[in-house]
Amino acid sequence: MDFESYDVLVVGGGLAGIRAAIAAVDANPRLKVGMVSKVYPMRSHTVSAEGGAAAVLRPEDSYETHAFDTIKGSDYLADQDVVEAFVREAPVEIIQMEHWGCPWSRDEDGKISVRPFGGMTTWRTCFAADKSGFHMLHTVFQTSLQFSQIHRHDEAFATKLLIEDSRCVGVVAIDMRSGRLEAITAKTVIIATGGLGRIYAFTTNGNICTGDGMALAYRAGVGLKDMEMVQFHPTGLPFTGILITEAVRGEGGYLLNKDGERFLKRYVPNKMELGPRDIISRAMVTEFEEGRGFDGPHGKYMHLDVRHLGEAVIDRKLPFMRELGREFVGIDIVKDPIPVRPVQHYMMGGVDADISGATPIAGLYAAGECANVGLNGGNRLGSNSLSECLVFGAAAGRAAAEYASSAGPVSTNPVDALLADETNHIESSYLDKRGGDERIGTIREEMQHDMDAGAGVFRTRDGLEGLTRRLASLRDRFERIKIEDSSRTFNTELTAALELDFMLEMAETIAFSALAREESRGAHARRDFPERDDDKYLNHTVAHRTDGAAPRLEYRNVRITNFKPQARTY
Amino acid sequence: MAEKRITVRATRFDPAKDKAPRLQSYDIPFADESMVVLDALNHIKAHVDGSLSYRWSCRMGICGSCGMMINGIPKLTCNAFLRDYWPRSITVEPLNNFPIVRDLVIDMEDFMHKLKSIKPWIIRKQEYPLGAGEHRQTMDQIDEFRQFSECINCMLCYAACPVYGLNNEFLGPAATALARRYDLDSRDQGIKERLPVLANSEGVWECSFVGECSVVCPKGVDPAKAIQQTKLDTTMRFVLPYGNREE
Repeated sequence: MDFESYDVLVVGGGLAGIRAAIAAVDANPRLKVGMVSKVYPMRSHTVSAEGGAAAVLRPEDSYETHAFDTIKGSDYLADQDVVEAFVREAPVEIIQMEHWGCPWSRDEDGKISVRPFGGMTTWRTCFAADKSGFHMLHTVFQTSLQFSQIHRHDEAFATKLLIEDSRCVGVVAIDMRSGRLEAITAKTVIIATGGLGRIYAFTTNGNICTGDGMALAYRAGVGLKDMEMVQFHPTGLPFTGILITEAVRGEGGYLLNKDGERFLKRYVPNKMELGPRDIISRAMVTEFEEGRGFDGPHGKYMHLDVRHLGEAVIDRKLPFMRELGREFVGIDIVKDPIPVRPVQHYMMGGVDADISGATPIAGLYAAGECANVGLNGGNRLGSNSLSECLVFGAAAGRAAAEYASSAGPVSTNPVDALLADETNHIESSYLDKRGGDERIGTIREEMQHDMDAGAGVFRTRDGLEGLTRRLASLRDRFERIKIEDSSRTFNTELTAALELDFMLEMAETIAFSALAREESRGAHARRDFPERDDDKYLNHTVAHRTDGAAPRLEYRNVRITNFKPQARTY
Repeated sequence: MAEKRITVRATRFDPAKDKAPRLQSYDIPFADESMVVLDALNHIKAHVDGSLSYRWSCRMGICGSCGMMINGIPKLTCNAFLRDYWPRSITVEPLNNFPIVRDLVIDMEDFMHKLKSIKPWIIRKQEYPLGAGEHRQTMDQIDEFRQFSECINCMLCYAACPVYGLNNEFLGPAATALARRYDLDSRDQGIKERLPVLANSEGVWECSFVGECSVVCPKGVDPAKAIQQTKLDTTMRFVLPYGNREE
């Protein structure tokens, strides 16, 4: 059988994936690089990032402060050597993006502007108005079009990693147009598939954020690290979950409760609106519980008020927020406060990967939100993730290129058999399956509701135990799903089923990892264990797949270099 | 009180089975004033008919996936509110002027080729080394090209363009706007390299200046302006000096 074969195959076409592809070509222009993405790359969820990308660009700033802010922000669960390397690379990547045409907002003198952001002690967030992710994604995607070495498989849905002799040699993917399963072989594979926000009901994440790459790696035997660490952003629009950027607060917006009070003075008095996301989200939920939130048709909310900034600043720095308010809420943020409430936003946890993106499986790398290289720990600081996509996307691209440049060819014999197996599995379990009575949409909605309730901003043992039971029952019911769509052409019911299968498994890793961490650290807040416990839990959770329901959890020490854990107050 | 409901008709087409697209009608609850057409499609797919196919992702008007014809007008379904149509019914069809892959999914490979053909990247005669730091660029210089950089590739402008409808060799609105985005960027020196594609007979000269592209753009981009500016450029560039970016 004929296979497409690459030196480096990137799964995912967002910022990390495209950056990785370009880095691989830069490292060795003779390499053939493939990119498999279930959507056209410019649809990737990077497009929704708004606030900006952090990097030390100003003389008054320092690598040390960026590293310290990130580590303190992580509640000391970040690997400090990784953070220290990251802060040094980030400025290079920002300049690279500038050379590729990213329309960074500028100061009077024409230099790249920076803005304040939550948990950062100084101004270091570069931005393109309030559409930073959109502009960065389109910039790298359009830039990538000039490289003839990069071959895209747009709208191809990866279902399985090809593993041969404990080495990753490619993926099986469904070509959405033809419905055919194809083996795409490669000497190296980089997973860059983004987050899994769709496990939750109320999320800023787009429909495509279903944790595919995490699940692919997990099923191939790679551990998932710190899956209990799920970020809730303080400011999502009720009902839709549309993200209102932290830059609104960076530019001076106030968060107000129903008494008109800047309530954060009780929680982060020294940082106020520029406190880190985990603490502000908890503060908001606490205020709601104590009766100081507004009541709306879609639950409780707070006001985010920028009226005092004036129309000129809003139009210059936050034009997209004004557009979102007008289009989706029917308000003008120049005149009206914005209704907001905490919303699932980002996954700190992810595929166990080292500083170059390498996973424990030879030839397999991961970068961006799907990966956990140790940068974000218990809580990612806003504007570190776009920089993370660039820095660790590039690192993974270079590392994969190096491996591919010396690795032997992939033999196609076993691949043939692996493809036949997977084709058989997809057909028998989904396309040709008869007699199911469970709707995918129903199981998905129940999972999302259960995750909001059981693994949200605050957690308890009872809640998490209940969640694991409900997820197990949903997994049983998933065995009885019905697929109404028998077409091979652009069968989005099949892909929705495969995504749900991934999500149910990822949800379990979150629930079990959260249940086992009996302390509160970063985004993981246990009501029954409200304190951080450095004696017992200054370590990463690594969840490994087992044949049973629960993953096997192991713990790995956090790497500490220069910053001793201390009380985290702002 | 009876539950509020709305009728949504959606195009169904499976190339393996159907000779031509047809409309299928769904009667669904209009449960929340905040619901948009995309929510209606999602309700159908989750609870009524899992086989309905369409693209969507961000549902906040920035990923560009969910453009469809709504009652004959190209729109992003994520910000077309049911309340603006109710109690009338809603007809959702794939974007005009594109081949249909399946149901509401269009074939947009043609645009992907056009996008690449206009070389949408910074072209420099001599590469500016990374070590030299950033280019200086003022906000006024960004304002020169800003609106053209806001294109989300949603294809609404192609669906509205009567010229593209007649001749899909026409480069069309979004691709021209994106060429303009780079031509007008103070960091770019590639205007000459992009010119052949823009100036050939299927380039900007096909445009009859109907201006529908600019009317339907959900992001305030004015592709019609880009096309007119480019027409001017292709004729005037031999008589007018073009700044100092050619140096």
